[in-house]
Amino acid sequence: MESDKHIERLLEKYFEATTTVAEEERLRAYFNQESVATHLEQYQPMFNYFSKAKEEQFTKLSALSEPVKPRKKVYYRWVSVAAAVVLAFGVYFGNDTYQHYQEQKQARIAYEQTKEALNLLAENFSKGTEKVALLEEFEVAKQKVYSTN
Amino acid sequence: MQQKEFLNLVLPFKDKLFRLAKRLLVSREEAEDATQEILLKLWSKNEAMGQYKSVEAFAMTMTKNFCLDRLKSKQAGNLKLVHSNYQDERTSLQKQLEAEDSVNWVERIMDELPEQQKMVLQLRDIEDYDFDEISELLDMKPTAVRVTLSRARKTVREKLMQKHSYGIG
Repeated sequence: MESDKHIERLLEKYFEATTTVAEEERLRAYFNQESVATHLEQYQPMFNYFSKAKEEQFTKLSALSEPVKPRKKVYYRWVSVAAAVVLAFGVYFGNDTYQHYQEQKQARIAYEQTKEALNLLAENFSKGTEKVALLEEFEVAKQKVYSTN
Repeated sequence: MQQKEFLNLVLPFKDKLFRLAKRLLVSREEAEDATQEILLKLWSKNEAMGQYKSVEAFAMTMTKNFCLDRLKSKQAGNLKLVHSNYQDERTSLQKQLEAEDSVNWVERIMDELPEQQKMVLQLRDIEDYDFDEISELLDMKPTAVRVTLSRARKTVREKLMQKHSYGIG
């Protein structure tokens, strides 16, 4: 049959992937009909499957019907609000603690300086008492002189 | 863009997205999830949509990338795709050699193909895209698309012949 010959030629081209979309459409139409030449029957499942697979549908679109966008927008807006709040708190309390820390540091420096000064004072005092001890010796000797007179 | 307009826009090709996702992910549930995800992503890009030449091509590319990423992470996690949409073989044990069953074999044969071949075959023989569109979608040269397509078709034919001559093993 002329038509079979044509189909055979198309098939050959088909497996080399040189058929056009229209020619492939013709092949599918041919294999979808009842009477297919026996020697071509082996190709039938393939083309029938392609025709069948075309009809599969996505039916879960309903979930999308809920407005998603506004919720997303609100979500992002709240993220920025939260970030701003955190930042404000950070600046407020952070500054406070920083100043507190600075004050403490200064106080410590002042304390160290005072301690040093007092140490110096104590050292000189002890030198002073040593000399006073010598004075006492002098007093004893003086008493001795007085009593003998 | 309003939601209604958006739905009208995606309606013509939502099935194509789903079929491509199902081809790659095999499981119907996974494919449904993936399609949802893609549509949501598309919806969130709403404003920028006017810039794309073809929203359909853009969505198809997104689907492809999304599914390949999914598959990659599955493999990395050493997880198997869970799917239950294979038909029960036992009920049709008697009619295995009938045409209807062979049609289902084609689906299983296609599941075994490498991803690239799967996608090319899907886009060409099921969605009727032309070579230029496919090469753009998959980021391949048109000649490479042709070679891949030819290889995929021949593999399907070969495996189908094997099933026929050896029966179902």
